Amino acid sequence: MSSQKEVFAQVVSLLKPFVKSPEALSNVTMETSILKDLKVNSARLVDVVLEIEDTFGIAVKDDDADKVKTVGDAVNLILAAKG
Amino acid sequence: MASESRVVVTGLGVLAPNAHGTLDFERALREGRSGIRFHQELRDTHFACQVGGIPENVETIQREYLADEELYGMNANMIYAAIAAIDAWKDAGLERLPPESDAVDWDAGAVLGTGIGGMDTIATTLVPKTDAGRVNRLGSAMVEQVMSSGNSARVAGLLGLGNQVTTNSSACNTGTEAVIEAFLRIREGRAQRMIAGGSEGHSKYIWAGFDAMKVLNRTSNEDPTRASRPMSASAAGFIPGSGAGVLLLESLQSAAARGARIYAEVLGGCVNCGGHRMGGSMTAPNPTGVQRCIRGAVAMAGVSPGDIDVINGHLTATFADPREVSSWSRALDLPPERMPLLQSTKSLIGHALGAAGGIECVASVLELKQGFVHGSANCEDVHPDLTEFASRIVHTTVDMPEIEIIAKASFGFGDVNGCVIFRKFSD
Repeated sequence: MSSQKEVFAQVVSLLKPFVKSPEALSNVTMETSILKDLKVNSARLVDVVLEIEDTFGIAVKDDDADKVKTVGDAVNLILAAKG
Repeated sequence: MASESRVVVTGLGVLAPNAHGTLDFERALREGRSGIRFHQELRDTHFACQVGGIPENVETIQREYLADEELYGMNANMIYAAIAAIDAWKDAGLERLPPESDAVDWDAGAVLGTGIGGMDTIATTLVPKTDAGRVNRLGSAMVEQVMSSGNSARVAGLLGLGNQVTTNSSACNTGTEAVIEAFLRIREGRAQRMIAGGSEGHSKYIWAGFDAMKVLNRTSNEDPTRASRPMSASAAGFIPGSGAGVLLLESLQSAAARGARIYAEVLGGCVNCGGHRMGGSMTAPNPTGVQRCIRGAVAMAGVSPGDIDVINGHLTATFADPREVSSWSRALDLPPERMPLLQSTKSLIGHALGAAGGIECVASVLELKQGFVHGSANCEDVHPDLTEFASRIVHTTVDMPEIEIIAKASFGFGDVNGCVIFRKFSD
């Protein structure tokens, strides 16, 4: 079972290709906003969710995906899905 | 603007099967370097023609131009277009401002065409996943990759373009038409700078249709660099190609105001169609239409046919080659011995479809600026119907510092024609 720290590291890593300014990733925390702080293009959130599904082998419902705003939201979603 | 602008070429960008960038492309043209290679995938899928032209090392090159975030959601057509467009922009001495800069150039636009577009994305991702009931796995970037305007739309964002941005499409005439449309827009004062040209991705799904029509050369799979044989007796069909060719067209005022280096002037152009009559069809040109197009371009350019130094023809290595040369002769009203020199860039790069006119216009402008005429490869055995014109065919590259005027034309499926006249720039 993955720890929060491991999942956090993996989430940051999979976000990397979608983040416009690499500097934003250097200070990322659980509270970092994916849209506002990391400036990920909102049109690409669909792809971030697909990456999460593929990386962690989980299925994310559309409603749950909509609630993910911060890196921490994504981490917690994954931890909950993996039980 | 009350009077019409003169229009000049201030930037060139090219990603061709045999070269990347103007320096390399000029070298390739001079050397007669072919970009045609054998492709195992075509043999594996039972294509009759198993050779084609694809730009090389693109996976490395693209990283010098595009960040990961930009590359996401870009297919081959869009990547080729982006590389050539960025090259043309920077070659013109224009700055590529970052997206955060909020600067839009309202006077700069793009007519950047393609013949087919996002076929690779459609065939390898969109159709299989949709048919498997997995639409939710397609990701967010499908539309921008399969829409016909994907290439121009993507370039607009990369360069901050604020004038008209569009993808024209007229089959083999796409790139040449784009140059003419952009030229007219600037001439009319509706824009000051225009990215103009065409791109085409490589995909066996694009090439399959041509193979099925039996218009591709299937006799030279063991000898790829000699497979594209425009104007030769052993021509047996064209060789498919891909890539992108882009010109930065600019009003003379804009170019002069910023002290831009000027490659050449666009004197005139004409686009028309032959109506699929009088010998024309979906796939064959109406010679009357072709001749009207050439004459129209020459008339608009205000030059005399005898002043044209070189014809960079459409010349694909199909049965249409001799008829094309004959049309040029009639249109210009010049007997064979007084015809301009004849060349086909397709002999080195194949037929790059939507990109062809763009890449070949780049070649033409380079020849004007650098004073040379590249050899038209693979026609040592001149077609018997072209015997009278044999002395006009340039087989090996010649230096020609006095070259002044080049006529470039494309004649595409749909019986559509485009002809543009370039001249060495003088004040």
